[in-house]
Amino acid sequence: MTEPILTLDGLEKNFGALRVTDKVSLDVLPGEIHAIIGPNGAGKTTLIGQISGSLRPDKGRIVFLGTDVTHLPMDKRAKAGLARSFQITTILPEFTARENVALAIQARQGHSFHFLKNVSRDEALNAEAGRYLTDLGLGNRADVHAGALSHGEKRSLEIAIALASEPKLLLLDEPMAGTGREETDRLVDILNRLKGRYAMMLVEHDMSAVFALADRISVLVYGAVVATGTPEEIRNDPKVREAYLGEEAA
Amino acid sequence: MSVAATDKPAVATPIFRARVLPAIILAGFALLPPLAMALDDSFLVFFAIRVMIFAIAAVSLALILGFGAMVSFGHAAYIGLGAYCVGILAEHGIWEFYISLPVTLLVCGLFAAVTGAISLKTRGVYFIMITLAFGQMAFFTATSLSAYGGDDGLTIWGRTEVFGSSVLSDRTTFYYVVFALLAGAWWLCATLVNSRFGRVLQGARQSEMRLQAIGIEPYYYRLVAFVIAGMLAGISGALLANSAEFVSPAYMTWHRSGELIFMVVLGGLGSFAGAVLGATGYLVLEEVLSHITEHWRLIFGPFLILVVLFARGGLMGLIPGGKRHD
Repeated sequence: MTEPILTLDGLEKNFGALRVTDKVSLDVLPGEIHAIIGPNGAGKTTLIGQISGSLRPDKGRIVFLGTDVTHLPMDKRAKAGLARSFQITTILPEFTARENVALAIQARQGHSFHFLKNVSRDEALNAEAGRYLTDLGLGNRADVHAGALSHGEKRSLEIAIALASEPKLLLLDEPMAGTGREETDRLVDILNRLKGRYAMMLVEHDMSAVFALADRISVLVYGAVVATGTPEEIRNDPKVREAYLGEEAA
Repeated sequence: MSVAATDKPAVATPIFRARVLPAIILAGFALLPPLAMALDDSFLVFFAIRVMIFAIAAVSLALILGFGAMVSFGHAAYIGLGAYCVGILAEHGIWEFYISLPVTLLVCGLFAAVTGAISLKTRGVYFIMITLAFGQMAFFTATSLSAYGGDDGLTIWGRTEVFGSSVLSDRTTFYYVVFALLAGAWWLCATLVNSRFGRVLQGARQSEMRLQAIGIEPYYYRLVAFVIAGMLAGISGALLANSAEFVSPAYMTWHRSGELIFMVVLGGLGSFAGAVLGATGYLVLEEVLSHITEHWRLIFGPFLILVVLFARGGLMGLIPGGKRHD
């Protein structure tokens, strides 16, 4: 057995009386895309928040690369190799696309208490940032302010930023949210290319994207995992069809 | 996008604003003493010294306010602290700059480190209120220093000495010392914001979450910027004490802090040239209006409101070379 990259062990989270994460246990294996699906309000984003460190679980453990990271803050988890994209695009709008990516590279290279050298003239850094952007199809948009990019380009930029920190696990929170058909297809292509190089946890509403990409799928309903399996198993699971897919097909 | 747009990083300020304008401003200050001599107007030199001293404080505030979005409402405390360092040391017979300057930097740096470490745990209005509270603490401490004049302040019988010589008593020499310190503070801050450190500081202003998600906790970077700004404002205070040969708690009242914020906003957020122009514009306007009428604040107040409402981008927004992207 290969060691999982990420293991969630009995995670629980309550917002007041509302249980948003209900004894969630699952793992992500090396090179695998593990998708999380579920109806609106199933607690998918809350779960991603707990894994990335922006939310604290009430109970349970999160083990990343063999280390318990349950109580580590977000920046420490990121340093350990956990990169995420956000459901609501979170980029630095006043910086260019290149500067956004360069900052992630800079963060990976160590602390940023360098006060004198002009960072925009750091050619090695700029070139490396350019390579990540080219990889994501943003090569000719590198020096445009991130705030002026199209929605789809912003989604790609977020992935470029995440890749620039050379993560061991990519947490993608609805990367296709709000994109058109064409952009979605492009993002699916990109993620397919990255598949195998990075372990990924993918939260996504777009069912065709999920079934095209995922190695395994877990279905979250009211905060609890009701099923985990291959896309084929999930497609044929009567519980899942009732709880979720039926609603989509209607 | 055109090819030209990909050649140059869009964040680099156009050459005029980054190089030419600062050079024009500094040249203006450099040439002022001979000009004043030709006009036989010694008040002009005296006034320009005051402008440059406040410009140093405004530049330091612009570093944290304009680039780090830290609206410190207690920045005048550092002017007061710097001034009191000079005044209290002089009261004990210590006049040498090589003692008073390090002491000023140390005291202001420590005060900034301690109050910043606490204040930076908060955001927005809470940050404004807590920096205001620390500023008022410094103010009331100064008023209670009865050994050093208390409310009435403290007269300093001379100026800081340089290895036993009182060269700073010469107005023109003092002018150029202040000038050099303004140029130095400006260069330092401009260098900082263009460094890796500065990129973190500016990134944190746009999205704290994004920085944490790539492995950077902005808190420590903000704190370092806060301490640097406090030390620079302390230097301006030490100069103010020398210029006036007097120290008073009035240097650190909260409306002084408000004036500093206004200077930075008047000049235009996100530009050090703006902070210098803002300090100049503010003090010139105050000087001119107070000569016209005793009720000059009735004109000054509404004017400030109009600037905030209609001239977003401040004085820098009126200057060619493209607006900053925000």
